[in-house]
Amino acid sequence: MARTSIASSRSAKVSRRNVLVGAAAAGGGLALGFHVPALEAAVPSQRPIAAAKGAEVNAWVVIGNDETVTIRVARTEMGQGSLTGLAQLVAEELNCDWKKVRTEYPTPGQSLARQRVWKDFSTGGSRGIRGSHDYVREGGAAAREMLIQAAAQQWGAKPGECVAAGGIITHKPSGRTVTYGKVAAAAAKLEPPKSVKLKDPKDWTIAGKPLKRLDTADKLTGKQVYGVDVKLPGMVSAAIKDAPIFGSEIKSYDEAKIKAMPGVRRLVRVNATTVAVVADTWWQAKKALDALPIQYEDSPHAKESSATIAARLKEGLEPEAKNVFVGNKNGDALAAIAGAAKKVEAVYSTPFLHHATMEPMNCTALYTPEKCEVWSPTQNGEGSLAAAAEASGLPLNKCEVYKMPPGGGFGRRGRQDYVTQAVAIAKQMPGTPVKLIWSREEDTQHGYYRPITRCRLAAGLDDKGALVGLHVRLSGQSIVAYQQPAALQNGMDSRMFQGMWAEPGEAQIGYSVPNLLIEHAMRNTHVPVGPWRGVNTNQNAVYLECFMDEVAKAAGKDPLEFRRALMAKYPKHLGILNTVAEKAGWGKPLPQGVFRGIAQHMGYGSYSAAVAEVSVNRGRVKVHRMVLGVDCGHAVNPDQIAAQVEGSVAFGLGAALYQEITVKDGRVVESNFDNYEIMRLEAFPKIETVVAPSGDFWGGVGEPTICVASPSVLNAIHAAIGKPVRSLPLKNVDLRSA
Amino acid sequence: MAKLNVNGKAFDVKVDPDTPLLWAIREQVGLTGTKYGCGVAQCGACSVHLNGELARSCAIPVSTLKPTDKIVTIEGLSRDGSHPVQKAWAAVDVPQCGYCQSGQIMAAAALLKKKPKPSDTDIDTAMTNICRCGTYQRIRAAVHMAASGGTAAVTTNSQKKA
Repeated sequence: MARTSIASSRSAKVSRRNVLVGAAAAGGGLALGFHVPALEAAVPSQRPIAAAKGAEVNAWVVIGNDETVTIRVARTEMGQGSLTGLAQLVAEELNCDWKKVRTEYPTPGQSLARQRVWKDFSTGGSRGIRGSHDYVREGGAAAREMLIQAAAQQWGAKPGECVAAGGIITHKPSGRTVTYGKVAAAAAKLEPPKSVKLKDPKDWTIAGKPLKRLDTADKLTGKQVYGVDVKLPGMVSAAIKDAPIFGSEIKSYDEAKIKAMPGVRRLVRVNATTVAVVADTWWQAKKALDALPIQYEDSPHAKESSATIAARLKEGLEPEAKNVFVGNKNGDALAAIAGAAKKVEAVYSTPFLHHATMEPMNCTALYTPEKCEVWSPTQNGEGSLAAAAEASGLPLNKCEVYKMPPGGGFGRRGRQDYVTQAVAIAKQMPGTPVKLIWSREEDTQHGYYRPITRCRLAAGLDDKGALVGLHVRLSGQSIVAYQQPAALQNGMDSRMFQGMWAEPGEAQIGYSVPNLLIEHAMRNTHVPVGPWRGVNTNQNAVYLECFMDEVAKAAGKDPLEFRRALMAKYPKHLGILNTVAEKAGWGKPLPQGVFRGIAQHMGYGSYSAAVAEVSVNRGRVKVHRMVLGVDCGHAVNPDQIAAQVEGSVAFGLGAALYQEITVKDGRVVESNFDNYEIMRLEAFPKIETVVAPSGDFWGGVGEPTICVASPSVLNAIHAAIGKPVRSLPLKNVDLRSA
Repeated sequence: MAKLNVNGKAFDVKVDPDTPLLWAIREQVGLTGTKYGCGVAQCGACSVHLNGELARSCAIPVSTLKPTDKIVTIEGLSRDGSHPVQKAWAAVDVPQCGYCQSGQIMAAAALLKKKPKPSDTDIDTAMTNICRCGTYQRIRAAVHMAASGGTAAVTTNSQKKA
């Protein structure tokens, strides 16, 4: 058996499982019947792999004798609900009994051993469902056809005479029935159909319904095992400290000071800038690390601060600035604005932001010269596999990743730094499992932050108040330049213009402007940056939508009417804006002191809009009610979409109210929730969500609405106090009336 | 060494006296439903009941506890997830990532013990735990539902077919 080597392991039990999974693929459908060893049964989290009992009809569907349907999900569930949504899509085509459905993750190693049968594991960009709905539905449909064919063969009937519903196949002429569990083993031996016809979404009975999540029960009892909860025999714990100034190399540290502290096993130099203490327990490791004197080499970044960064970004807003890229252009905006009857100008700014997942970064690794295993709360299982291979020096097929459910991701867990570190430590202790947990302080000060940007906008109005020209100049840091410089297009990061692109389909601007120029002055910093839920749509929607209100005001027009006049060529943008305006009662009287603001934007293939109702008393903001709408094309689980919309308000609006990562002496100043404040229940407005799928495309859900949360509130504040808010967070802004 | 009474069982835990209760619960007692979030009593992920009162266990050194102090964790709130708060949380489908929810549930259970019919203001004041996924609207709805014996209406969402 050639695959034995792939699964070679110090654990015969694990290797046997992997061999069987591999063999099932090679043999085209050997039934998988696994013996679960007692130890692993006692602690189910130990090596969570795809190992459901029953017959594997295909990679996505395993059916047990007891009629249990196990659906395999490759994307990571980190709260966004796509585990349930993807299962709904498979179950819809499978025509099974939803009450019998459970799910499991295949591991990246299992997928690799089967020629990536589960395709993309990466979970970001709101792609979980829109990026895999076709092939997972085809997997469900193919399994259904194979089950029907197996039943028909058993009866000596034609498959065309049989129908399947609720996990039961019926032979229409005779009325005979058989359950999926009875024919699954036979079905698993059949050739899969060459093509399948997917259902029209209007006929859906499982997908499209607001079904309860499949992963709730264990989250209510403390039973859910997150990465930080992994327990392995003989396991030790590690606490870690990277250089406070990004990239500063360690000069020396005084190991003698902590060697004798309780529980301390060893000190590990993880890389040039990072040191870790390994101890019997994490608390012991953290205490020792806190007591360790560390000296760092001088850093070229030691003089960087929020002020030096702001100055660099301001320079990028100057007309003669260099290294400027054009993201969207038609006509001659500069000339149109110069010759306009009325001119409006403004400069906006947004800060660095941190993800602050509730579960700090962590990873458990077990290294031997033959195999490297990691327990990784990650948004990208295959990324963890690659990181484990690189850090261990072992080939990919000698590494394995057990995906632990992350306690929040929001983009942060698309990076693999915690895996690389855990493996680097575990490599120093072959055979001993090491659980690395970051302190909250380490997590806050070593993120991949939402990039800092500023934006200068200028608009020209004609004598009737119509927009004749718009110039948008962004200045600030690029994620692509930091993370994948090779992916820049002649130096340009086109994602900087997210939501302001000319091209339809993903993140298109929703306004027709006769003369338009949108540019980005690339101004990078030494601070690591990365995607943060909503990525550049957040900043761009604040800039564009708040400025739209300024221009509407200058034109003497209602903000909604002003937008509508520019949106005739963008019916889907306009559609969700109108839907939300109507639901919110735009234009209707409000209680004394309450003001409305509106915003719309597109990102992740979906169209979003929001109306906020806000009062400002003596500079204090209260958001009373928000109506948010999303047109995501198809709504697989409307209740979970609503949950994402609600959550996006906490994430987006919480940032606008309170959050900024600042830099002093080259390092991040903020360290914990006492100085990086998160929105709490008391501040959370009443949210009404309108899910309005228009049906002819597949858009994302996790991110699209976050970008309209802040500008709708900022525009309401503008209406309330009579002056625009151009700098975030609001905690730094004097909001007393002008 | 410390003697801890957790969920009705006595444990002798070998830890330094300054070890926070959170880490003794997680690493010595072995119950991991109580979560580390901040270590400075800001986020509430580590919430437990200490002699019936809500407490943030990350900021309580075990040296300050007596063997008679009764500590209840999420694992001890009910045997099978049947506490009214847990049932309401399930009915409203509150959790997203779920990491903070042990603490949220412990906070809600403590609130309802003191105020069986809390107002929105009571909930605002009592429920100060951080949820990064932003499940606050559902937390509020679920607290009301638990208080009303499972009958409060919770939905505010609508779906529009184009």
